Amino acid sequence: MEAYIRGIGNISPQPTFDNGTFLDDIREYQHARLQVIEPDYKNFIKPIQLRRMSRLLKMGVTAAGISLQDAGVEKPDAIITGTGLGMMEETEKFLNGLLDNQERLLNPTAFIQSTHNTVGASIAVMLGCNNYNLTYVHGPVSFENALLDSLMWLEEKPSDKVLVGGIEEITEDHYKITESMGFWKTGEINNLGIRNDNRPGTIAGEGASFFVLSKEANPTNYARIQALSTRFNPEKEDIIGNYIADFLKSNNLGLSEIDLVILGLNGDPESDSIYDRAGSILGQAPMAWYKHLGGEHYLASSFALWLAAKILKSQRVPEVVLAESSKKPHQIRNILIHNHYHNIHHSLMLVSSC
Amino acid sequence: MAGRVFVTGIGIICAIGKNVNETLASLQAARSGISQISILETVHRGELPGGEIKLTNEQLAALAGVTNPDMQTRTSLLGLIAATEALNNAGIDPKDNAFRTGVISASTVGGMDRTEINYRNYHLGKPYNNFVLTHDCGYHTEMIATRLGFRDMVSTISTACSSSANSIMFGARLIKHGFLDRVLAGGTDALSKFTLNGFNTLMILDKQPCRPFDRSRVGLNLGEGAAFLVLESEEALDGRTPLCELTGYANANDAYHQTASSPDGYGPYLSMSQAIATSGINFRDISYINAHGTGTDNNDLTEGIAIERIFGENVPPVSSTKPFTGHTLGAAAAVEAVISILSIRNNMIVPNLNFKEKMDELHFEPVKDIRFNTPLRHVLSNSFGFGGNDSTLIFSAV
Repeated sequence: MEAYIRGIGNISPQPTFDNGTFLDDIREYQHARLQVIEPDYKNFIKPIQLRRMSRLLKMGVTAAGISLQDAGVEKPDAIITGTGLGMMEETEKFLNGLLDNQERLLNPTAFIQSTHNTVGASIAVMLGCNNYNLTYVHGPVSFENALLDSLMWLEEKPSDKVLVGGIEEITEDHYKITESMGFWKTGEINNLGIRNDNRPGTIAGEGASFFVLSKEANPTNYARIQALSTRFNPEKEDIIGNYIADFLKSNNLGLSEIDLVILGLNGDPESDSIYDRAGSILGQAPMAWYKHLGGEHYLASSFALWLAAKILKSQRVPEVVLAESSKKPHQIRNILIHNHYHNIHHSLMLVSSC
Repeated sequence: MAGRVFVTGIGIICAIGKNVNETLASLQAARSGISQISILETVHRGELPGGEIKLTNEQLAALAGVTNPDMQTRTSLLGLIAATEALNNAGIDPKDNAFRTGVISASTVGGMDRTEINYRNYHLGKPYNNFVLTHDCGYHTEMIATRLGFRDMVSTISTACSSSANSIMFGARLIKHGFLDRVLAGGTDALSKFTLNGFNTLMILDKQPCRPFDRSRVGLNLGEGAAFLVLESEEALDGRTPLCELTGYANANDAYHQTASSPDGYGPYLSMSQAIATSGINFRDISYINAHGTGTDNNDLTEGIAIERIFGENVPPVSSTKPFTGHTLGAAAAVEAVISILSIRNNMIVPNLNFKEKMDELHFEPVKDIRFNTPLRHVLSNSFGFGGNDSTLIFSAV
């Protein structure tokens, strides 16, 4: 079960939406809430549509549009999205309205745009696309679920082209509430230095990352997704070693064949220690990370897939993502992406050069 | 991708019953569950009727066997009750390591009932609990999986009112692709102020019991509930007799408008015709259609047009069962899957309650009175949602 990445579009707290660049200009943040750098939406969406769209909807539709354009695909055969919290801004707006006004005098617009499938559905309307359309909403594996569905879809219909993406936003209220629960680092922060920051918590992020997948070999393809796995680990057992080893074995790959490991390190000492345990399995493989650039959120692993696609196509690992003391790989054929959330959900993606 | 997918267990809780037997008895007695709201705290009590389950969260917790209801939402309690019944009905042990198991659920509001209370408290500067942990749509899925012992995969889908048709479809495809052997698939949604007011602002709620496919229809009644199916591969059956087979499914998008369906019902036409194609049967072999039939002006017209486009003058018996249960949103497709399976198992066709007068635009009338002794071979069940997300399932007798 594998597919090529044919097009990409990524809107994140870094200037990533221009596919002609690759982390050439890095933004530093002195606070723990990283918001996306928005492109000029007028270049992508008609002004009349733009006025009615929420922030996340604009992000999602635009990232999807960039990836379709990149792939040279007008109308995908399936539109599959993942979002953990969904349309938070609109949900809060409608909720506040009904709580403040005792359930009277409400405007339906926020409600209409609050459903989790709003982005996938809007892309379908804008493209006039009547095809398969699905939205996964399972927290930190929402993107992996969407990707699995995409890979299954391409097994069923090998000549199809699938648009798959992850979208997530963090609102002011959600940030403050989760901050009070200890999710985020407080006080003086530099996002680029969070791995050496021993205080508990991480930094919050958001983003919209879309991919066009196809089974068709094409010289402009970015990379090949070879395999994907998720593991639900409610008892938080120490599974990492065997999990990674079994995954590689089932894909007939030796540890030495992994040229780069992209880990979901986020600066929270407890969370990062889970990856450290994996380190003993992976030995000397060069190591990269990305959550200092895009922040932690339910769809963060979609940023990792974007990073892997860019690295494989350019054969370049930007300094900013290379973990300290990690050696730089020369030729990059196979990248292993490992992400976990509170040690309850683990996911592995194996991405290779075309 | 190959193999067949069978249904070996069903579980349900909705306005007409807190288990399968009670639900069946209400269907057979043509007893509606639409009533004035008395559990949900809302200013619309006495004004907007709904398919409300007349049990408090404490009563639901007791029914679900949950001793510490502190971290439970109404959505997760309903889900756990229906999931447990489905599992017991199938008589399988999810902890059996010989089989890979998963829970694929669906919801539109997730833990909104707890959020409504605590988010308000947050704004008022009052103490609030950790409601953000239970707000997500996926929270209930993990709670169910953990309590019942499903380990290999959890996933949750939200495509508005078609959500649980897609969780059943995804579950079936995971089995066909060989990822899982046994899947608990369905959905759950509790009534909430959020959805009640949302639909009310769209002016599509009927202040009377809803009348799908009736000329005088003016809107829907919201409901709440949960339903789950146990889906298994042929190998996992291991000689046991299933309840029925899931032979067809499809998902298409109307691509017309965020909340309205297209005048020609193209999305519903696609999902129905593609589901029939997946099942490999002829459209003439469909014995009964459990319609989406919300009772809104727009849905019933476009669904009816799409049905006539496929079946022409030979439309099979059609009914919407939403006048029994209300529109249970993310749970609706699973609730109606259970009703479809009960119809197959009991050789009956459930009536479209409250129907009086045919619509001018359509040539068929829905089934008005309950029909017994009617063997059903293939039942087609529709679910259409906001965002044009249209899905159809086909269940077949074994």
